[in-house]
Amino acid sequence: MATLKDTKSHDMGLHEESLKGRTQQRFFSVDESSNLTYFNSFEVDTDKTATIDALEMTPREINIAIRELMESGVGSITVENPMSRHGVGVGILNRLNLTFTDSLGYFGCGLIDGPNVHIKGRVGWSCAENMMAGTVLIEMNAGSTFGAAIRGGDLVCRGSVGARTGIDQKGGTIIVGGNTGAFSGFMMQRGRMIVCGDAGRNLGDSMYDGVIYVGGEVEELGIDCVPGEMNELDVRYLSSKLDLYGIKTPNGAEKMHKYVSGKMLWNYDKLEPHEKKVAL
Amino acid sequence: MSNTEEKFIEIDSLDKSHEEMTGQHIGYRYDVNLVPDLDFITPFLQEYIEKMGWKDLNWLEDVHMGYEGDQAAVFDRNVNGWVTIPDTIELPNNQQERDMIARELLIKFQMSENHPMVDLNAAYRKF
Repeated sequence: MATLKDTKSHDMGLHEESLKGRTQQRFFSVDESSNLTYFNSFEVDTDKTATIDALEMTPREINIAIRELMESGVGSITVENPMSRHGVGVGILNRLNLTFTDSLGYFGCGLIDGPNVHIKGRVGWSCAENMMAGTVLIEMNAGSTFGAAIRGGDLVCRGSVGARTGIDQKGGTIIVGGNTGAFSGFMMQRGRMIVCGDAGRNLGDSMYDGVIYVGGEVEELGIDCVPGEMNELDVRYLSSKLDLYGIKTPNGAEKMHKYVSGKMLWNYDKLEPHEKKVAL
Repeated sequence: MSNTEEKFIEIDSLDKSHEEMTGQHIGYRYDVNLVPDLDFITPFLQEYIEKMGWKDLNWLEDVHMGYEGDQAAVFDRNVNGWVTIPDTIELPNNQQERDMIARELLIKFQMSENHPMVDLNAAYRKF
C-alpha cells in the first residue's frame, strides 16, 4: 500500500506560499485611472468589421479566430454558418460587437465580460452561462438553464426558453419575450428576471434574493418565493429595459407581477431549524 | 455600529420583524434590489457605457454602496473583496446617488493598472 509523504508538498513549495487572503491591501487613488476598459484588453475599433465563415471550422478554431481579430483591432465580427456548434463565442473579456448569423449549440457565449452579442437563430442549453457583463440577444428560442449562474449584463431571448432559467443567478438581467419552463430562478441570489409570457412550476424556488417579473400566468411558486409590490421605479425600469430590446409584454409593464424572496431560508447558523419551521 | 452606518440602514427593504424574530441581522445593509435611477448617472459612467456600446448601466445595475466595517465601501467581484470609499468623498443622503459614486469608483479601480487582476492575469493566463 502506498503511503503519503508530506515531503512532496514541501518540495512543491506549497508551505512557503504566503496566503494573505482577505488581509491583502491595495492602495489606489481615484485620480490614478481614467481608463474605460480593462488594462490588458485589446483596443478595438467597432467601425472595423470582419466576417468568419465557420462552415469547416471546429469550435476551438472559431474562438481563436475571434480572438485574433480582436487582437488586430477589429471591433465588429460576424460569424457565418456556426452550424449549432457547442462552446462558441466563449471567454471574451473585451469590448466587441459579435454577430452569429444562425443557431448555436450548448454553452454558447459563456464566461463573457463585455461584448455585445447578437444571435440570429436559436441557442442550446446554458447559453451565456457565468456571463459577467455585456449584452446577448437571441432572436429565437433558447434551451434549458438559460443564463445559468449569470453575474451581470443583459441576456435577452425574444422567444421562449426551457426549464431552470437563471438557475443560481447572481446578478444581471434575464429577459424572456415568451414563456419560461419549470424551476426558473431556482436558487436565485441576486439580479432581475423579466418573463413577458407565462412561467412554469416552482418559479423562484429557494431564491435568496433578486426579483422576478412575470407578465403572464405563473403555474406555481416555489418554496420561499412570494409576491412583491410593484412600485413606480419598477415600472420605469421595466419599460425602459424592454424598450431597449423592442420587446412587448402583453398587458404593459404596469400589469406585470413581481416576485421576491420571502427570506425565510436565509440562515445557516444554529437557528436554522427554527427558521425552517417558520418557512415550511 | 458606527453612526455613519446607522444613518443608512433605516430603509424599508430590510425586514426588521424577521431580524427581531431571529435576534440577529441577516443580509445586506443596503437595498440590494434597488433598481438604478439613471437621472443620477455621473459623466464618467455615461462615458463608460457609451464606450462599451450599452444604453444603460448593464452589469453596474448590481453594484451598490455597502460597508466594510464602519467604512463605506463597494464590493469588487473580480477580487472578492471590498474597495473602501475615501473619507474625502462626501456621501449624499440617498442610496441612488451613493450607488452611482460606488459604480464610478469601482470602474476606476477595475480598469487601473494597479488592480490585482493585472498581476493574476500575468501569472496565470494560458494564452
